[in-house]
Amino acid sequence: MLSVDNLEVTFAFGADEVRAVRGVSFNVQQGESYGIVGESGSGKSTVLRAICGLAPVSGGRVTLDGVDIPAPRTPDFYRRVQMVFQDPYASLHPRHTIDSVLSEPLAIQGFDRRDERIAQALEDVGLGQGFRFRYPHQLSGGQRQRVAVARALILEPQILLLDEPTSALDASIQAEVLNLLDRLRAERGLTYVMVSHDLAVISHMCERLVVMEHGLAVEELTRADLRAHRAQTDYTRKLLKASAGYTKEDEPA
Amino acid sequence: MSLLEVENLRVTFPTRKGPSEVVRGVSFTLGRERLGIVGESGSGKSQTGRAILGLTPAPGAATADRLSFDGTDLRSLSARQWRGLRGKRMSMVMQDPKFSLNPVMPVGKQLMEVLRTHGAGRAAAREKALQMLDAVQIRDPERVFRAYPHELSGGMGQRVMIAMMLVSEPDLLIADEPTSALDVTIQIEVLRILDKLVSEQGMGLIFISHDLRLVSSFCDRVLVMYAGRVVEELKASELHQAQHPYTQGLLNCLPQIDEDRYPLPTLDRDAAWAD
Repeated sequence: MLSVDNLEVTFAFGADEVRAVRGVSFNVQQGESYGIVGESGSGKSTVLRAICGLAPVSGGRVTLDGVDIPAPRTPDFYRRVQMVFQDPYASLHPRHTIDSVLSEPLAIQGFDRRDERIAQALEDVGLGQGFRFRYPHQLSGGQRQRVAVARALILEPQILLLDEPTSALDASIQAEVLNLLDRLRAERGLTYVMVSHDLAVISHMCERLVVMEHGLAVEELTRADLRAHRAQTDYTRKLLKASAGYTKEDEPA
Repeated sequence: MSLLEVENLRVTFPTRKGPSEVVRGVSFTLGRERLGIVGESGSGKSQTGRAILGLTPAPGAATADRLSFDGTDLRSLSARQWRGLRGKRMSMVMQDPKFSLNPVMPVGKQLMEVLRTHGAGRAAAREKALQMLDAVQIRDPERVFRAYPHELSGGMGQRVMIAMMLVSEPDLLIADEPTSALDVTIQIEVLRILDKLVSEQGMGLIFISHDLRLVSSFCDRVLVMYAGRVVEELKASELHQAQHPYTQGLLNCLPQIDEDRYPLPTLDRDAAWAD
């Protein structure tokens, strides 16, 4: 459904160039949940931002159902693809109520029955009507992230791009948000592309994943490969080992 | 004798709705070991660490029935006495190197400042600082010594922070989420440095974190905090035998790489836990 072919992103500052993404390719099927794992600076978030039109694409193609996605992105594209950002403390406007956060995309896309849709979106993410006229500072981190999910889902998109949706949250709240995302995907047949540095979260959420390092796709794995620790490259093995916790035995590299 | 004794520590902040107690009667003793303090945001774990160093931000206030460090009563120290203790005998590594290093001073100068304040000569301080940068596995100490904090990556910055705190060879180190801003692979390297210093220099370490799994693999003992209280104290090796439903819930709700559980168990908070 969503296909990324040899994507390159280059940021230029004067004479300096940073090649943040250097030829990454993957295909995401309809209804699939696809993970991108890597450390900071590996370019994983940049891939999502490039798909969304928030980072400059300098090479390669991104296609949706076999059609090149237009640049600049059109409202039609955002109707089908929405993004949830990492930090719920930074991604909601502090002076807008939840109601206006949710009604803005509806107004842009010219949706009818806005009132009902906002009420329904809040119910769907388990918040209820009581939150509708509050400001972000009156909500906890987990509640804010639910609002961010509601904002993305209110346009009934087919694809959701999730950029570290739980890394700013406590472990118990993370479990709630992951369950919410799981339930919504099952109910609506959504397609997810999820970025995270946490292998356990990706293994829980995604059927397939790609490991990135320094802007390159190092290796593509299935969930079964990950669980059986069937990694082909040293880098992935190192990540797997580090995710298991601290071990005293082995020597510093 | 234990290095640090804390009994009935309380930290209170005044609010418009009356005083709010964020740490409510925490007691523990620390020897020359690695003690983990685990809890979620708002559980009072960081405020506990700060209170031990006398760093409770105004208008907050910390009280305790007993707060002694190596025989010294910390409750009645003057500002001058605190200065002699902090940095030299006990120090703290903060969470984020970006906000804790002076952005307009080269790293080496900041490291030397600690030693100079506590009476070392210029040449000796410089040599010690370079040694310490080397000890925290920085490959090119001379370059990092001259660098400004913004010229370093997050992992390097955190190592510099640790070097700065350890350059005076303290007896007690309080590390407040020292690795949560770092990638997993770098996190392990930083922990290894801390581990080595504890075992080689016989330092006491309080490791504050929200990551139960990490703490249990790294520390000897773990205190679990909830709403300002210690709800459970465990040997790290016996974490899976945790009795308190909060600890069990925290352990359970983490996704595992090799496990299939849908939906993930969530935490049902019991109002009685806070009492």
